Amino acid sequence: MPEITYRDALNLALKEEMRRDPSVVTWGEDVAFYEGSFKVTRGLLAEFGEGRVKDTPISENTIVGVAIGAAMGGLRPVAELMTVNFALLAMDQIINHMTKIRYMFGGQVNLPMVIRAPGGGGSQLAAQHSQSLETFFMHAPGMYVAVPATPADAKGLLKSAIRDNNPVMFLEHELLYNSKGEVSDDPELLVPFGKCEIKRPGKDVTIVAYSRMTILALAAAEELAKENIACEVVDLRTLAPLDTETFVQSVKKTGRAVVVEECWRTCGLGAEIATRIYDHCFDSLLSPVQRVSGLDVPMPYSRKLEKLCIPQVEDIIGAVKEVLSEKY
Amino acid sequence: MDTKLRAILPDHDLLKMYEQMVLCREFEESCAEQYTKGHITGFLHLYSGQEAVAVGSTRALHKDDYILSAYREHAQAIVRGAEPKRVMAELFGKATGLCKGKGGSMHLFDPDLSFMGGYAIVGGQFPIAVGLAFAAKFRQEGRIAACFFGDGAVNQGNFHEGLNWARLWELPVLFVCENNLYGIGTEVHRSSALADIHKRTCGYEVPSTQVDGMDVMAVYQAIKYAAEWVREHNSAYLVEAMTYRFRGHSMADPGKYRSAAELELWKSRDPLPNFGKRLIEEEIAGQTQLDAIRKEAVAVVQEAVRFAEESPWPEDAEVYNDIYV
Ligand SMILES: Cc1ncc(C[n+]2csc(CCOP(=O)(O)OP(=O)(O)O)c2C)c(N)n1
Repeated sequence: MPEITYRDALNLALKEEMRRDPSVVTWGEDVAFYEGSFKVTRGLLAEFGEGRVKDTPISENTIVGVAIGAAMGGLRPVAELMTVNFALLAMDQIINHMTKIRYMFGGQVNLPMVIRAPGGGGSQLAAQHSQSLETFFMHAPGMYVAVPATPADAKGLLKSAIRDNNPVMFLEHELLYNSKGEVSDDPELLVPFGKCEIKRPGKDVTIVAYSRMTILALAAAEELAKENIACEVVDLRTLAPLDTETFVQSVKKTGRAVVVEECWRTCGLGAEIATRIYDHCFDSLLSPVQRVSGLDVPMPYSRKLEKLCIPQVEDIIGAVKEVLSEKY
Repeated sequence: MDTKLRAILPDHDLLKMYEQMVLCREFEESCAEQYTKGHITGFLHLYSGQEAVAVGSTRALHKDDYILSAYREHAQAIVRGAEPKRVMAELFGKATGLCKGKGGSMHLFDPDLSFMGGYAIVGGQFPIAVGLAFAAKFRQEGRIAACFFGDGAVNQGNFHEGLNWARLWELPVLFVCENNLYGIGTEVHRSSALADIHKRTCGYEVPSTQVDGMDVMAVYQAIKYAAEWVREHNSAYLVEAMTYRFRGHSMADPGKYRSAAELELWKSRDPLPNFGKRLIEEEIAGQTQLDAIRKEAVAVVQEAVRFAEESPWPEDAEVYNDIYV
């Protein structure tokens, strides 16, 4: 299988799905002529033309709202928000409209649409451009939320998202775009929603992570292996639907769990995961669940401070050692 | 253009304006270098080419009039009076920066200068400017809020809501669009149904005008008139300054969507040499004096870089400060 970047994997998914289904259209700020601010939409305008690949004004709420209307009208729009921070300007259409329409209208209409949005911190973009808002979307019933960590998952999940008849919030990580991995060129290979993947098997501790945090968890596991600590890394892949079964089974086996989240700790998705672990694994837990989270602060610009705010590999190693500590 | 410079402002002010434009240019070009060296990180949006707008506008405003801008705001802050070395230190992420290294390039702020911030969410500044104007009117301070924004920002609801609100509540807001023809890679005609941005205020009966944003005196005069109008009528006004950024949208953007011919055309309209030429023609300054001004600006910027380099990083504990009072 060829090795390609996360960026190119997403690009390939878009191309394959647009070739397969003429009702797939895409729009967003600078996606067409400029080929995307992160170049995920490179080559789309050339191949599919201005009718299907469109630049929009800087009007996020309308970028999403028009996608909702187009989906109601029989298309499969993929709307790009330049970064997830700008999804906050579109929260009205996302939360008040997109996630409500099917239910509120008694299941009479589907919204087969995707909102793609890159996010995450770590590039010294300061408070307004470094947010990890995954919990915001996971919190609202009525949409699926994908958080791919690897190029293969990025491609497979985006393809599933486009074919799904539910609205999907597809969260890409800005620091993963250049990461490489093996990706199938089989256009029918999909990655299912609601299925965690055990990215590394191990018997001592379960690390539950998603998106870039999975990559950090794998690096931590690699380090810990040198000390004969075998971590099992469970990658959530989608936050909604959330595959509780897979991480619960893993924790039942290891008896110990560390949850890693890039978002703010307070009400972060790690709290939800930890609760589910307590609900299902209370009897098999050998120590309390540890959470490694983003600090509860707006992101500072200065790289020295920024580093403190985002989980690092060492923090995960520290948490694993904590759950293994003899005091329990 | 027939009016002699001296008929508009005294020599001292004219020279100061030239000096400010040169300082801004030197500052921005130095930032580019520091970014390449890795001293400045994150997004860096430079102002080179647009200097006449910040300099002409600021000269026309009262010192306590509020100024708000977007993320391309180094020059706005410096012209308003922010020390270049503290701006540079902010860009380096150092503790001595204008915002203690917490804001960076896109988020400068100095309340002592009534410089009420650089905002990185396109259009985020519109309602805030309206609110500042409300407070100023409420407290009968006689000051106005000048809100700077790009051509890309006018398609946000905030722009339209802000215009309507300012007109409805009769608030002294001066909207200044720095139309540099592009929002990242999207040319203004491909994002705005009506690309003559000054015409877009008619739905709110907000008066507006368009001005050559490469001509510092034209900007000065247009803003002077508009600001006084806003102050007198307690109502909104919009000035659209036609300008151009010589560099890409940010340091990450090579700007390939613009033709070499277009860039050349606008560079021939560079406000710095053109204003310098006028100063010489009208015998306000000689070439040696202009050269000395440039030399001094270079020295100020070098000193700013040195200061930023030698400044300490913020303490780790600083990460938790300033969230709450
Ligand atoms: C709400 C929001 N959407 C998108 C962006 C990304 N973005 C940053 S600058 C920019 C273009 C803005 O262009 P313009 O207003 O003309 O200002 P200029 O950069 O030309 O000064 C875009 C789309 C953003 N920062 N905020």
